Amino acid sequence: MIVSPSPHLHSPASTNSIMRDVIIALLPATIVMLLFYGWASLLVLAVACVGCVGLEYAIARWLMHKPELFNGWSAGVTGLLLALNLPPTTPWWVVVIGALVAIGVAKMSFGGLGQNLFNPAITARVFLLISFPVYMTDWDLTGGFISSVDAISGATPLSIIKEGLMSGMTLDEIMEVNGINASTIIRDLGGSGGEISGLALVAGFIYLWIRKVVKPWIPLSILLTVALISGVFHAVNPQQFAGMEINIISGGMLLGALFMATDYVTSPSSKWGGVIFGVGIGVIVMMIRYFGSYPEGMSFAILIMNCFVPLINRAFHQKKYGRA
Amino acid sequence: MAKLTFSIGGIHPADSKLARDCKIEVLPLPPKVYVSMFQHLGAQAKPVVAVGDKVKTGQIIAEPGGFISAYVHSPVSGTVKAIGPRKDLAGFNVVHIEIDVEGDEWAEGIDLSPELVTAIPEDREFILDRIKMCGVVGLGGATFPTHVKLNPPPGKTAECLILNGTECEPYLTSDFRILLERTDEIIVGAAIMQKVLGGCQCVIGIEENKPEAIAAARASVQKLGFPNMRVAVLKKRYPQGGEKQLIDAVMHRQVKSGGLPIDVGAVVQNVGTSLAVYEAVQKNRPLITNVMTFTGNIVPAGRQKNYLFRIGMPLSFIAEQAGGVPEVTVKLVSGGPMMGKAIANLDAATVKGTSSILCLGEETRRHPETPCISCCRCADACPMGLEPFLLKKLYAVGDTAALEQNAVQDCIECGCCQYSCPAYVPLLDNIRMAKAQVMGIIRARNAKK
Repeated sequence: MIVSPSPHLHSPASTNSIMRDVIIALLPATIVMLLFYGWASLLVLAVACVGCVGLEYAIARWLMHKPELFNGWSAGVTGLLLALNLPPTTPWWVVVIGALVAIGVAKMSFGGLGQNLFNPAITARVFLLISFPVYMTDWDLTGGFISSVDAISGATPLSIIKEGLMSGMTLDEIMEVNGINASTIIRDLGGSGGEISGLALVAGFIYLWIRKVVKPWIPLSILLTVALISGVFHAVNPQQFAGMEINIISGGMLLGALFMATDYVTSPSSKWGGVIFGVGIGVIVMMIRYFGSYPEGMSFAILIMNCFVPLINRAFHQKKYGRA
Repeated sequence: MAKLTFSIGGIHPADSKLARDCKIEVLPLPPKVYVSMFQHLGAQAKPVVAVGDKVKTGQIIAEPGGFISAYVHSPVSGTVKAIGPRKDLAGFNVVHIEIDVEGDEWAEGIDLSPELVTAIPEDREFILDRIKMCGVVGLGGATFPTHVKLNPPPGKTAECLILNGTECEPYLTSDFRILLERTDEIIVGAAIMQKVLGGCQCVIGIEENKPEAIAAARASVQKLGFPNMRVAVLKKRYPQGGEKQLIDAVMHRQVKSGGLPIDVGAVVQNVGTSLAVYEAVQKNRPLITNVMTFTGNIVPAGRQKNYLFRIGMPLSFIAEQAGGVPEVTVKLVSGGPMMGKAIANLDAATVKGTSSILCLGEETRRHPETPCISCCRCADACPMGLEPFLLKKLYAVGDTAALEQNAVQDCIECGCCQYSCPAYVPLLDNIRMAKAQVMGIIRARNAKK
């Protein structure tokens, strides 16, 4: 018989059960992505997942000689998030490079699960965005199983707006010329794979919230900050700055806020630390969207705030019992 | 009224009160008893009998070994066979008095009649003396001598006596059973302690998963009509029965780090202690019996038991009476599954604070540790608001200053962190060692002053 110190019981939750929950939560968005983008996106999904899981196994086993560092569920989550971040037309070898950057560079070189400073899937996305800008910005909706009413192939709404503004058009003109409005964006306009499916993402997040896997502070503070900044700027100059709805439902906003910024390892541990983290992401993403040269800045914003997590964790702690 | 609970952390393990409907059964006497001199917190008791002496049930056989210590009485009548070291349940050698049982003849002056005595003695000193002479200690787990706790230092006054009937540990049902079967005696015991504490109010805290106990306690309070006494219903949440947590739940006050409950006007006593106080003061009956649960998820339904035991009975004797320990048992625990001690030696004897023999199956086996994923479930679960993941890392690098700053010494060792950790990190194992180290440093610093 065993003799060991208390506690003698353990909760049913495990790292694997948490990762499984995240995958379940991402399923609605994944299904929407497959429906809208078709076979091409299935290939991206398969390559990303197999690539991430396979690379993590290979690196842990043969490069680090610590096979116990391999966690298939966690690598699968990274693969799924990577796939949701890539356009359906991304060539398979670019996806493999993405998996290599996510698992090899962002995760395993820092020591594997729990040790990484930056979100692996976002690191890969940013790497690919800078290295292969053409592949990374072409969102082809024509291959989908559901044909979109106003299917627009190519650029995302945010990049259409950015290009239009740079060429001197006003926001109204851009919207009219390209047939963009808030409802078309949420229904069927291109964005990263998972981004066209805002409702599916929100549904998945609510599942995680109910299962007590995530807390809402980070997404709420990001979205409220974005809403506040875009609301004020849009009110001041409606022809220059896109409004609240467009900023919240387009681009990587929801996927980033709900699933990437909430990554345990790369976000602050305390509630108020999480709020600071979220506000920081919200401010940075809006500054990039309004004043930067990229149309979209969610990935950059999350990576930049990832750097501050160790500092935020030093400054914010839990409320302790019996101590002021 | 809204149900009360503590404000920070906590977990909701399955409550597994499998023996809740089993009436308390009286165990027969074994051929030999082994009475430990370490039945309480503080200094070991000193034997006052010699080998060969005849003793009667309830006779003093050991006296306090210091200010914080307690009398020990013979649980049986018979002959002192030996006085010497014997292994306790963790396997440590402790001085025991071995007595050959020769019947059950009680010492003079002990009232064994079942009649309820509700008239409370007027003299506070008399009550405290009875409690001390009868060797009453806290039966909620810590076994702190009760007469010390009921005698606050000058300048401190008790505003509220909290009677702890939460029994928040899974599996345990002994407090629940005495709340049902010995209700009036517990309530009179509470009134006695109220009296000693200068007539403060008394709140009996019971968790919502024991509606029968709540009803019984309420009816008894009403029937006996003691002033300033009420039953409070608490949410089911672990570790509600922790002293600091219960004070937070009932009084909405928090004891400062390093402070005592009396600093915020609170005195917490377990319902079992209240029963022992009743027996001591009203019946002059020393603390030689207590109620324990024989249970576990692998114990068949008919063999779940609540037993009235005498101190000094070998645990193995009790397990035999219950039909033996199931073959599939992986770990035996004395106490609750969250804070109880694993039994290394089933031949160890029961002590005043014994609350269970818990037979746990495969689910108690530890999983291999995997990397921390910073999910912060440990910090969310910690009822003291600590950050166990951080304390573990600080301990690994040996940073005692940072450990102290992050309040490792406040840890109550409830186990919520380790229970919650999805990566199976042995957080509490590490924190215990870190806490011992930091407490040593704090003690050394205070000694210098």
